[in-house]
Amino acid sequence: MHHDLAAPLAQDAVARLRVRDTVSLTGRIFGIRDATQIRIFDEGVPPPVDLTGAVCLHTAPGVRRRPDGSYEKLSIGTTTSTRMDRFVPGLLDRYGVRAVVGKGGLLAPGVAAMREHGGVYLAITGGAAALETLQIEEIEQVWWEDLMPECLWQFRVRAFGPLIVAVDAHGGNLYADVTVRARERLSGMGF
Amino acid sequence: MRRGVDLHPIIEQTARDLYIRALKTIPDDVRRALARGLDAEVRAGEETARQVMFTIVENIQVAETEDTLVCQDTGLPVYKLRIGSRIAQSLDLSQVVASVRRGAERATAEYPLRSNTVHPLTRRNTGTNSGEGMPVVKLEFVPGGETIEINMAPKGSGSENMSFLRMLNPSEGLAGIKRFVLECVLESGARPCPPVIVGVGLGGTSDVAMTLAKEAGSFRRIGSVNADPAVAELERWLLQRINELGIGPQGLGGVTTALAVHIEWAHTHISHNPVAVNMQCWRGERATAVIDAAGSVRYAS
Repeated sequence: MHHDLAAPLAQDAVARLRVRDTVSLTGRIFGIRDATQIRIFDEGVPPPVDLTGAVCLHTAPGVRRRPDGSYEKLSIGTTTSTRMDRFVPGLLDRYGVRAVVGKGGLLAPGVAAMREHGGVYLAITGGAAALETLQIEEIEQVWWEDLMPECLWQFRVRAFGPLIVAVDAHGGNLYADVTVRARERLSGMGF
Repeated sequence: MRRGVDLHPIIEQTARDLYIRALKTIPDDVRRALARGLDAEVRAGEETARQVMFTIVENIQVAETEDTLVCQDTGLPVYKLRIGSRIAQSLDLSQVVASVRRGAERATAEYPLRSNTVHPLTRRNTGTNSGEGMPVVKLEFVPGGETIEINMAPKGSGSENMSFLRMLNPSEGLAGIKRFVLECVLESGARPCPPVIVGVGLGGTSDVAMTLAKEAGSFRRIGSVNADPAVAELERWLLQRINELGIGPQGLGGVTTALAVHIEWAHTHISHNPVAVNMQCWRGERATAVIDAAGSVRYAS
């Protein structure tokens, strides 16, 4: 089932999503990466913007700085989420984030946090940055430019997707289903 | 050094252009393999996988029409030069690596490309996609050859992080090799951006095995097979079994987990059985150009 949703996300909209559903987002989303979250959680610096209901994208965009200090998008794509799984519970619990967009899936703590706090993990097609860059209309704001390119970014998006619901708020985890099946098949190959 | 056209600035310019070209244009053999993958998912009735494969194919077209990068990860620049022994006489070989390095730096500054090169301890970014040991430049010499072939692969981090080496016991034999490669693919799961090209290095010393795996995954055309029939048979066997695992595009399930398995090998010690695995993501990014003695440059698709 496909859902066209406005971002930031409403709680009931997230609750309706199930694994394998597809989602397209229109509105405002945030870009975060390793260094951004090390600052928030390891260095204890609260994000300078309200993240309630937010959609966070795991990215470090390629940009060009304009003379007025704003940023032109060059190539915005998505990085591997498992590397940043340890920050997911905090994003949901402390700052009210409702969706993480990434590739590669989450580890057990991230999956448990989605269930506990009513969040979803939306899988984007990794490597498909050309399309992603088109769907991000504008870089609206940037904080912590000293972390370039791993700043906190605010993007305006239109029909961003289709994203695939890979971890839902009800304990569904598509990656785990696929891995369990793959392991069974490997065992069946007689090694 | 023989007098004639100064080839060093041409090597620099070509190294620059190849870096950008590899990030924008997916090789024909990879495109065909991706199209086959999309067909396979449609036939298998795998809706999620079909969606992912469709997005991949669409993205390649968007990159072309928008004249932009396929993926935001500009990788670590890896170059392999095959220098003909005849043309080598008109080169200062000590300067060739420096020319390639300047080419990568110019691509980074002039496009501009995201710089990924950081110090392993301080994590400070050089801002140039160059630094200590970077870019990687491998030189090979071709007896009697009259051209310089430059191969370039911008190696993305998602796939490179999925690198494995195991010094198996000789008694574990072929079954051990098969099991290890399959376990590596399973362990990698969604992270290297499947469908992947699986590069495998067999034999040699540990570093040679890893180098062979990288060469196999990053520089061989899809559809090529190893010249050794037993190795070629192992490539076919592994590709079929890997796709039977059902990990699928982006690890979300499906019948297309790998586009190809490429194996390169070297002789090894009586008490060694090294197996290295190096993944390449679906974009299979690489670009090749050939420079002749007159300094003209021809790009291969």
